[in-house]
Amino acid sequence: MSQIAFLGAIETGLIYALVALGIYLSFRVLEFPDLTVDGSFPLGAAVSAVLIVHGWNPWLATGLAVVAGALAGFVTGWLNVRLKILHLLASILTMIALYSINLRIMGKPNIALLGENTLLTPLESLDLPYYVSTPMAFLVVVLICAALLVRFLNSETGLALRATGANPRMARAQGVRTGWMILGGMALSNALVALAGSLFAQSQGSADVTMGVGVIVVGLASVIGGEAIISPGTVLKAALACIVGAILYRLAIAFALNLDLLGLKAQDLNLVTSILVMMAIVLPRYRLRRPVA
Amino acid sequence: MIRLQQVHVRFGVGTPLETHALRGVDLQISEGEFVTVIGSNGAGKSSLLNALSGEIAVSSGQVFIDGRDVTRLDTAARAALVARVFQDPLAGSCEFLTIEENLALADARGRRRGLRPALDEARKQPYRDYLARLNLGLENRLQDKMGLLSGGQRQAVSLLMATLQPSKILLLDEHTAALDPKTSAFVLDLTRQIIEEKQCTALMVTHSMKQALEVGSRTIMLHQGRIIFDISGDERARLGVKDLLDLFSQSQGETLDDDALLLG
Repeated sequence: MSQIAFLGAIETGLIYALVALGIYLSFRVLEFPDLTVDGSFPLGAAVSAVLIVHGWNPWLATGLAVVAGALAGFVTGWLNVRLKILHLLASILTMIALYSINLRIMGKPNIALLGENTLLTPLESLDLPYYVSTPMAFLVVVLICAALLVRFLNSETGLALRATGANPRMARAQGVRTGWMILGGMALSNALVALAGSLFAQSQGSADVTMGVGVIVVGLASVIGGEAIISPGTVLKAALACIVGAILYRLAIAFALNLDLLGLKAQDLNLVTSILVMMAIVLPRYRLRRPVA
Repeated sequence: MIRLQQVHVRFGVGTPLETHALRGVDLQISEGEFVTVIGSNGAGKSSLLNALSGEIAVSSGQVFIDGRDVTRLDTAARAALVARVFQDPLAGSCEFLTIEENLALADARGRRRGLRPALDEARKQPYRDYLARLNLGLENRLQDKMGLLSGGQRQAVSLLMATLQPSKILLLDEHTAALDPKTSAFVLDLTRQIIEEKQCTALMVTHSMKQALEVGSRTIMLHQGRIIFDISGDERARLGVKDLLDLFSQSQGETLDDDALLLG
């Protein structure tokens, strides 16, 4: 594998680390199986792409993409908490609605960002090739987001959020307004995913309405894979597991596709991902358990 | 002071399964009183507790806690006033959180939660001291996950959690019923100590008539959604389990099934 392909996999992995952090928040912390991400990822891309093409400051464009993602998560949470729609279905409804909304936002199925002033444009003045500077910049973004998330989950409110997912009845008895916690947690989760979508569009040079397909599965694969490597005993370890899982997952995919041996092609990606997630869920059950002291 | 006024609770209204769990309960509990509640299955004990905690909305009537009308407030909104220990040791704490995190969660009961770290050294010390009184060595296991503890240990910690912050009423929902006899005695003893020490107003539901008479200062019996007797003071001190059964048959004109209530 070439150096460019290797660093490219790391770059994509870092973007998916943000997705994995969001999915950790919904699936693991809140125990809310949230498929909204397949819509909020392209939503982040769509919002920032349109604004950037219209000459907006890329920081502001990315910021609004994050807000749009938070709104999408809030809607899913609201459908579940206030309208009592089953969480999985609520997230599917938002995801499907977002497909139309993303098309409306962009006005067409895809927008090219080549030559536009994006967040990555300042990196061009550095004395580094783009395939080195971009992953480095993304690493900084991911570490900042992860640090903020860990700090938040260890705060009083964060603890209440974790209790809401683990034992809502007990949380309510402690005065936690669990409904608001779910709304806030879902907003935060999808804000992270929209940020990932926005950065992805800016680094790939285009936003596409179909770019969200399967994001949930890749993100979940990263979370589950990461947990297999780093046991998520604390919030910090869980966040690290997400990052490591996402990067390793992209590297594994890059190797597999490079390695003509298996005859895999790029179009097999989603099949391979599904099988990997399935195995990651099932295999631990068959692993020999160490006797508990 | 706690006051229930003509409280009715109905479930499944308009369906064939409609039940009338509480049928006009009037109850007044003064500050510092420790009330034990007995009654057979379906008598309305849980409904009474849930009506006080806010977990179920009453169909009619009013609930006052500390002079405030809380009838329309949900569980979370009443949390500053009401503390609770559940029957199921797994229900009262979070198994995925550590012991110290569970305590920190309970420490903030009914308070506004901000973005300050939930735990720091200054906050951990009182938790350690409080846990030390259990003599279970838990003060050295603050960072263990709650799920690692036995049922009895969890229930003891739940009790500490419920009494970490003052409340207007402490609700104990058969909190020793799921434990083995020895552990049950330990938790009950702890309950007595803490309630006396903190001078809590408490309401304890129990299946055991003996326990109901031994602990606390007042006993009420529920039957078919009504309070059928309410005894305290000298009258209660003279009473044995046998008298309680007689009292029941007198007031109801029927004898109680032996297995409806535990006599031991």
